Amino acid sequence: MIELDKVVHSYGGGELLSQVSLRLAPGSFHFLTGPSGAGKTTLLKLCYGALLPTSGQVRVFGQDRREMTRDDIALNRRRIGVVHQDCQFLDHLSVADNVALPLMVSGRADGEEAQHLDELLSWVGLAPQAQSRPPELSGGERQRAALARAVIMSPDAILADEPTGNVDWEMSLKLLQLLIELNRMGKTVLIATHDLNLIRAAKAQVSARVLRIKDRRLQLAGADL
Amino acid sequence: MNAVLKTLADLLAGDKQADRVVPPTGFTVRLTVFTAAAMAFLAVFALALSMASGRLADRWGEALARTATIRISAPQGQIQAQTDAVMAILWTTPGVADPRVLSRDEQKDLLAPWFGPDLPVDNLPLPQLIELTDEGYDAEGLRLRLSAEAPGAVLDDHTRWRRPLIRAADRLRMLGLVSILLIALTTAAMITLSANAALAANAKVIEVLRLVGARDTYIARAFVRRFTGRALQGALLGTVLGMGAIALLPGADPAGGFLTGLGFQGAGWILPLIIPPLAGGVAFAATRAAAFRVLGGFT
Repeated sequence: MIELDKVVHSYGGGELLSQVSLRLAPGSFHFLTGPSGAGKTTLLKLCYGALLPTSGQVRVFGQDRREMTRDDIALNRRRIGVVHQDCQFLDHLSVADNVALPLMVSGRADGEEAQHLDELLSWVGLAPQAQSRPPELSGGERQRAALARAVIMSPDAILADEPTGNVDWEMSLKLLQLLIELNRMGKTVLIATHDLNLIRAAKAQVSARVLRIKDRRLQLAGADL
Repeated sequence: MNAVLKTLADLLAGDKQADRVVPPTGFTVRLTVFTAAAMAFLAVFALALSMASGRLADRWGEALARTATIRISAPQGQIQAQTDAVMAILWTTPGVADPRVLSRDEQKDLLAPWFGPDLPVDNLPLPQLIELTDEGYDAEGLRLRLSAEAPGAVLDDHTRWRRPLIRAADRLRMLGLVSILLIALTTAAMITLSANAALAANAKVIEVLRLVGARDTYIARAFVRRFTGRALQGALLGTVLGMGAIALLPGADPAGGFLTGLGFQGAGWILPLIIPPLAGGVAFAATRAAAFRVLGGFT
């Protein structure tokens, strides 16, 4: 589904990631961990095509990232739901409209997914806040709204960057639960986090693989967790 | 062509949802409308100017080219004899039609604008004027024959007067057209500036839209629609006001000069109506170019 082959990524000065190979199979559940600044966000951006690798190859749904046009990237984003570390919303629209935004921009606002908007909002526990504006939400509510927005198009993959970054433990578990449920529905999930407790909590419920960025390389973390 | 028409049709039909994704931008809206209105107002005048000077050039060209004048200055006693001689020549010159000796009263009328109606014409040694209609005679040949048989007769075929007048009118018409071009370019520049400002102010909106999978055309269209609409509204207002102002100009008196001739005539009134769609087109192209340039900066 998403494949990275000997990918190198450099920022101005030096290499941040080198020789990274990764294959996200449909229905898999991955954690991505590593110290701050190790390149977790960069790796995620490579996965959803926001960044071009300095060298090596990235294939998203079988298509080479280098050959993708801007429209291809836009269409891919409808198949890959992304939850960002700092969730960005359109502050002049209501929470419900923001969650439905992917449908709106792809011309499917009247499609069947739109019927599930209310369901989706109650699933992430935001039904009461549906008509609020995003700035009125708390950190955890914003994360859940972002998750709802990421999944409304019923994407094949969900990439989440520190989805529990600024929420308490209880809320973290709740968000994790949502992601696990999505994985059970067959979605590929990749979560970048440095919260090892979260990973342990997940491993109890789902067969998750843990990837770790260490010394610019990607390793498969084993039994030490 | 069909694709362009479809794009325009889509654009005019509007998309309420796409319009909502870009937040409303209060004050700059009014500035864009005002600019478009002012530019359209000026364009109406530039258009009126070039049409009026075009008409003027045609009129001078035609009226003066069709006639010529022969002036006979001779001592009192000889004038009648020379006039008869000249008439005899003219009647037999191919290409000259309707030679006519101007009467004393007609000459007096011609001089009236310069010397007033009370001029005692009878006491003045005025030259005799003969008017003729040009149907393609040979001016040089006629001059030679005149100098041989009526030494006091001078042929004036008006080219000396006509050329600089027509050149001035043509130049004026060109100035009007250049002004219209400049107005169009200025409109494009102003709309580009204001579109750039709107795009910069909405950088976060654009980022979010790209993030959730909006294609560039979708985002660009939301801005393009808004600016094209404003330019259209403004230009329509400006054109109507401009046309009104021209219609209210003091009526063109037939003997009047150039200034009172400024305006549109008959079907010419339709011409300024192309200004609003033109302004809309300019705004469409300018905003589209600006939007795609800015969008290139977002992944």
